[in-house]
Amino acid sequence: MTSKNLLTPVAGGGLLDRRLFLKRGLTFSAAILTTNALAENQHFRPESSKKPGVPFSNYGLPSQYERETIRWTMGNSMADGNGVSWTPLQDLEGTITPNGLHFERHHNGVPEIDPKRHQLLIHGLVNKNLLFKVEDLLRYPMTSCLCFIECGGNSNAAWRSKPIQTKLGYFHGMASCSEWTGVPLRLLLDEVKLKGRAKWLVAEGADASLMNVSLPLDKAVDDCIIALYQNGERIRPENGYPLRLIAPGWEGVVNVKWLRRLHITNRPVMARNETSKYTELMPSGKARQFTFVMEAKSLITNPSFGHKLDKQGFYQISGLAWSGRGKIKKVEVSADGGKTWAEADLQTPILSKCFTRFRIPWQWNGEKVILKSRAIDETGYIQPERDALVKQRGTHGYFHYNAIVSWEINNDGSITHVYA
Amino acid sequence: MFMRNGLLFLALLTTPILHADESPKLGKPVSQALVKQWNSDIFPDGEGLPTGKGTATYGKKVYQQYCLSCHGIKGTGDSADELAGAKHGLTDNPPDKTIGTYWPYATTIFDFTRRSMPLNNPGSLNNSQLYAVTAYLLFLNGIITEKEIMNAETLPKVIMPNRNGFVSYTVNP
Repeated sequence: MTSKNLLTPVAGGGLLDRRLFLKRGLTFSAAILTTNALAENQHFRPESSKKPGVPFSNYGLPSQYERETIRWTMGNSMADGNGVSWTPLQDLEGTITPNGLHFERHHNGVPEIDPKRHQLLIHGLVNKNLLFKVEDLLRYPMTSCLCFIECGGNSNAAWRSKPIQTKLGYFHGMASCSEWTGVPLRLLLDEVKLKGRAKWLVAEGADASLMNVSLPLDKAVDDCIIALYQNGERIRPENGYPLRLIAPGWEGVVNVKWLRRLHITNRPVMARNETSKYTELMPSGKARQFTFVMEAKSLITNPSFGHKLDKQGFYQISGLAWSGRGKIKKVEVSADGGKTWAEADLQTPILSKCFTRFRIPWQWNGEKVILKSRAIDETGYIQPERDALVKQRGTHGYFHYNAIVSWEINNDGSITHVYA
Repeated sequence: MFMRNGLLFLALLTTPILHADESPKLGKPVSQALVKQWNSDIFPDGEGLPTGKGTATYGKKVYQQYCLSCHGIKGTGDSADELAGAKHGLTDNPPDKTIGTYWPYATTIFDFTRRSMPLNNPGSLNNSQLYAVTAYLLFLNGIITEKEIMNAETLPKVIMPNRNGFVSYTVNP
């Protein structure tokens, strides 16, 4: 294929072939740096090279120029440990969320836990009730799972009748992606020996709300992990130190932080967080319950609300897609409000129940256009348009919003969140 | 040939799944007494409910002291959720979700209040205070009378108005 063909739009609004970046290296004109240095051997030195740098640090921090890349926090006015913080997805690239930017949902603050005193009890419909110390669990065979965690309530502002105008991360950023490493829960369940009637487990955290929630035992045996590490280091306090239950692809609330107890039962406990909350009221007046799986979703992270396109010309559209049912098979992008779609390039490796980065080159002609992305997962599920989702579920379900997100690029390059 | 058979044997044994025999088995057996001490789960059929009792009359006092500042007068909501006093139902726009219109099990009120409330001092209420405040919330929602005693026997028998309002999405409920 020639360069000329690659530069021919493959869909409306100026979308170009996703292979463009791969086939045809873009050339950039290198700026020539000049200095006023008097010294003979200064002219080739950038400012940063004219004096010794700062020494080592015990734990690295982001550049001082990146101080705006932070979690936004929203605490309850009467209890500041009850609320959420959001991952600034609009400022990040790749697929891994830095540990300090992983979203938080706490029901009553971050507990302080000494790992030497923390233990995990597994009891109930088992042959032996067993207690595990953290130091014991560190000796078990471990496995890693690169997976997203998304709060069931993520994106809930999009149920509102008018599109919210705020940065992407502040209404879709209760989703983050990490490498979680720990003990396959199945090993511990083998050790306690499940009784035949065992069907559910109730997981409880050691926080001030003693948050508990039920999940089917099949999931626990299938792929749950008692995680000790997040992205290579021990889990941060706000993400469950020292133990977190990881249930890949399932809503955040069942990924219980500060895990202290697993009660093996034959039925769910009907906790507040699986009845009053984390259930979705439908237009019929009935509510969906135990909707654990986070269905396929995608978002264009760049450009998105708060970014501004300086001038017409060449841009790279970049975004994230994920599915709680498995791998992302395809992401399609539209630059004409959904009339035509073009396939985006997916960054490899594409992992099950994990953030997948997609990108597609785009030529903006300076006119008003609407950008959208839609994810298709390996089960064939296609991320719905907002109209279709609302038709199916109404607007009062609060949880599990996963419709297509639309960004309108205005003539001046500013971006508006629209329902289109 | 030996090598090939050996490899085949190895391939059959080596699955990506970790087996129990790779586990160091370090779990320490514990007594029922310790389990009882740790276990706070309360089920809709009443399993886990402690002794103690209370009525809405006393529960109102408990509510006013510990709950009102966040949940408002008579549970009508403030910085925290509306618990009672729904003006309309679940199919209205917007729907009015309270304990009376939405919560499927009365035991959940006791359980959640015991484990998580009040936010500034969780675990500070005794079981009789908890039964009483649960009774008050049920009374405010018109589900029981002011004098009805709530305890481990009576609470699981309370039929919540929205008991059948949920559709389970799991394969194995």
